[in-house]
Amino acid sequence: MKKPVLIFLLVALVVAAFLSPFASPDPDGLDRVARDLGAEEKSEGKEAIQSPVPDYKFPGIESEAVATSLAGVLGTVITFGVAYGLGKFVSSRKKTAV
Amino acid sequence: MHIPDGFLDARTAIATYALSAGALGYSIKKTKGELSDRQIPTMGVLAAFIFAAQMVNFPIFGGTSGHLLGAALATILLGPWCSALIISTVLIIQCLFFQDGGLTALGGNIFNMAIVGTLVALGIYQLITRLAPGGKGEVIGVFTAAWASVVASAFFATMELALSGTFPFKIALGAMLVWHVLIGIGEGLITSVAVSFVRKMGFGGVHQQGKAGSEVL
Repeated sequence: MKKPVLIFLLVALVVAAFLSPFASPDPDGLDRVARDLGAEEKSEGKEAIQSPVPDYKFPGIESEAVATSLAGVLGTVITFGVAYGLGKFVSSRKKTAV
Repeated sequence: MHIPDGFLDARTAIATYALSAGALGYSIKKTKGELSDRQIPTMGVLAAFIFAAQMVNFPIFGGTSGHLLGAALATILLGPWCSALIISTVLIIQCLFFQDGGLTALGGNIFNMAIVGTLVALGIYQLITRLAPGGKGEVIGVFTAAWASVVASAFFATMELALSGTFPFKIALGAMLVWHVLIGIGEGLITSVAVSFVRKMGFGGVHQQGKAGSEVL
């Protein structure tokens, strides 16, 4: 893999590992509107699936910062792998005989 | 802007799932003929960066935060088809692994962020860079495309939530637009920096100025 890609991947990992614990805890636009309109309860307890790392906090880790950091690194690595794999999968299809 | 489970009614969830599936199927078809080997690692790393950046909420004001969406970034650098796939990948991973965005709302979230976000970014970027070719147009085009993509996504999300009876349309639209007009500024700034950075680094296969997928439209 070329150097610029590796550098950008490193940037992503640094962001995920070291910036994410300092993210603003305030609700995002949608959450804020939902709260202000009293609509939040409509989503309470309605989760369709149980995710392994809910709310970006690695379970079983006391420090919230470390739990978030780990979740960030895990997610970044998984996303890289899946997107790369998807790219490979898609580009391989063009070699089908016409 | 990730819609949780319980906010969309069945009809809206199914409709947006169908739209998203169709759009993604089409995106896969379009990338088939076009994705060069050099672009594959770029696709991976852009998706990774967008995932990471989406975790870093920045405060706007009044106790509300925003975060990068990334559709404009992906569209400008790799074109709309790749962008749709990249943003969808991020959203799916966020939903399945991190409970960010409901599984029943995934169709809606993909439609709003990966499809609408991408198309609006593409349209605005191409319009501005054609009207104002050169460096200035690029700067204005990148920022505005990013800003508009956020506002447009928010608009469609609001529509779905109103159609589902979760939000009253007029009140929700006003509020959603106010927040996302501001969040869009953050998107514009981050996207501008990121696009400059990637172009300077000389990445494999990214579109040059003013050329985000222009060959496919």
